[in-house]
Amino acid sequence: MAPAQEKGEAAMISVRGLHASYGGSEILHGIDADFPEGRITVIIGPNGCGKSTTLRSMVRMVPEVSGQIMIDGADLLSMEPQKAAQRVAYLPQNRNVPDITVERLVLHGRFPYLSYPRRYRREDWDMVTRSLQQVGLDDLRSSRMESLSGGQQQKAYLAMVLAQDTEAVLMDEPTTFLDIKNQLDMMDRARSLAEDGKTVIMILHDFESVLHYADHVILMKDGRILLASDAETVLRSQEIRDAFGVRPCFYETEDGLHCYVKK
Amino acid sequence: MTAGVKHMPNSKSSSMKTKAALLIAASAAALVLSAVLSICLGASGLSPGELWHALISGPGTSKASRILWYVRLPRTFACIMAGAALAVSGTVIQKVLANNLASPGIIGVNAGAGLAVAACCAAGNYAAWAIAGSSFLGAMAATFLVVIVARKSNASRTTVVLGGVAVTACINAVTETIVTVFPDAALASADFRVGGFSSVNQGRLLPAAVLIFSGIAVICTLTNELDVMSLGDDTANALGLRVARMRNMMLTLAAMLAGASVSFAGILGFVGLIVPHMARRIIGNDSGHLIPFCALLGGSFITVCDIVARMLFAPYELPTGIIMSFLGGPFFIWLLLRRRERQP
Repeated sequence: MAPAQEKGEAAMISVRGLHASYGGSEILHGIDADFPEGRITVIIGPNGCGKSTTLRSMVRMVPEVSGQIMIDGADLLSMEPQKAAQRVAYLPQNRNVPDITVERLVLHGRFPYLSYPRRYRREDWDMVTRSLQQVGLDDLRSSRMESLSGGQQQKAYLAMVLAQDTEAVLMDEPTTFLDIKNQLDMMDRARSLAEDGKTVIMILHDFESVLHYADHVILMKDGRILLASDAETVLRSQEIRDAFGVRPCFYETEDGLHCYVKK
Repeated sequence: MTAGVKHMPNSKSSSMKTKAALLIAASAAALVLSAVLSICLGASGLSPGELWHALISGPGTSKASRILWYVRLPRTFACIMAGAALAVSGTVIQKVLANNLASPGIIGVNAGAGLAVAACCAAGNYAAWAIAGSSFLGAMAATFLVVIVARKSNASRTTVVLGGVAVTACINAVTETIVTVFPDAALASADFRVGGFSSVNQGRLLPAAVLIFSGIAVICTLTNELDVMSLGDDTANALGLRVARMRNMMLTLAAMLAGASVSFAGILGFVGLIVPHMARRIIGNDSGHLIPFCALLGGSFITVCDIVARMLFAPYELPTGIIMSFLGGPFFIWLLLRRRERQP
């Protein structure tokens, strides 16, 4: 199916006929989707519907994939891994807490740009400093990752993704395990990434965040896309009730529209 | 932070680099010191003056010259080589598998070498070159087997470890069968299994030294890859690293180092596990510093253990492996406790 897309927006990443399997069992059954530039696209859907597999396919972490994933007209699936990593960054859900300093972690965001003689250059260090300043972690750059709180570790990983300096940023449930303040901080940063012109794609579970932050929402169920539109349209749709078996309810305050969920 | 250094590593990280450089320099000095001690000390009681004269006048027929050129120099060199190779091999394996309990033994190196040596002795070939060559080939073959098993599944870190355990168990069963059927092979390969440096010579050392030097040099160029891999498969993949390919390559290099060491020193199981831990606790986990530091620390550690093994009950020698456990075990416990004190 052709996903809904706001008129006049360039699709930075477009996915056509995407099938993905793990060990012979197919998870995605032909996904067609467009992810517009300078926008936050949120993928929602019940557990096991193929949200993470969709993101993982875009960074070529699913062994059996067919179909087409284009970034700005270039085929992402046939690109050299290093070149692909210069265009798409991915923040996985489960991450190690490596026994290294914050700045070393962020420096590894520059790994896709390493060339002979395999040493990081001055501009890589410059990018590390800028990224750390952007997430407000510059003071802790020499601290060990293990000594940071969960929120700070997430910021460090986000700085690594920023240092990667890609056109698209993929985040798999970036707010999981964060306290409420850090969740809001994380989403505000995602917003500013989109304002900087990046294509931001993320998986979220919280409908209120979806309503507040998503420019474009893709609803998935059983490896297929049920609906793709703006947040309010998707959250008010019959499809979302069918997919989750819940009923989103809405109320308005002076801040705008809010959403909570009833069984 | 001042505007002038705005985009460079700040002063604290520069001081960390200086500290790492100092630690590496200190470990190099320790290696030189332990090598000098290893050359000067021995059961025959030669004076440093006699040894110095023998050194500058080149290989000759005097007692001092023969002891220096054919016993102490090869032995010291062997200790340094084996220590550096096993420590670097262990570090690489621990990083690649993200498992601090991993060591060369886990990818089948020791089992493969043990089987090959037992088979070689059972076939009636007790020559030093045959034992060295077969142990190296056995170590490499076992590692390839582990890598193939892991690859046939999905080359994840867990399958490498499990594959290693399974392959090791199979190989050890074959080895035990051979030494049961051929008791002479059991006797002949006993020295090899304990590990030590009493039978090293230049002929066995040279090919191993070439492999060890080149292996460590290649690993030193891939330290960023090693660190990226330790961020986990997903993150490493997303950063553009071909994770499975790099993991197999690193494991092959680690097997080559450990196999080269095993070929002249026999099985010294302790070094590859514990020296990487010691090194990490002293210098940190950044591979760019850790790998050279580990090589130097491993070299001096085995050299010191070998000196003690030779001198403690001179003229009788203890197996170096036993001394390694006596010295390394308590030192490691001390490191663990010291770290705990620092972290309330």
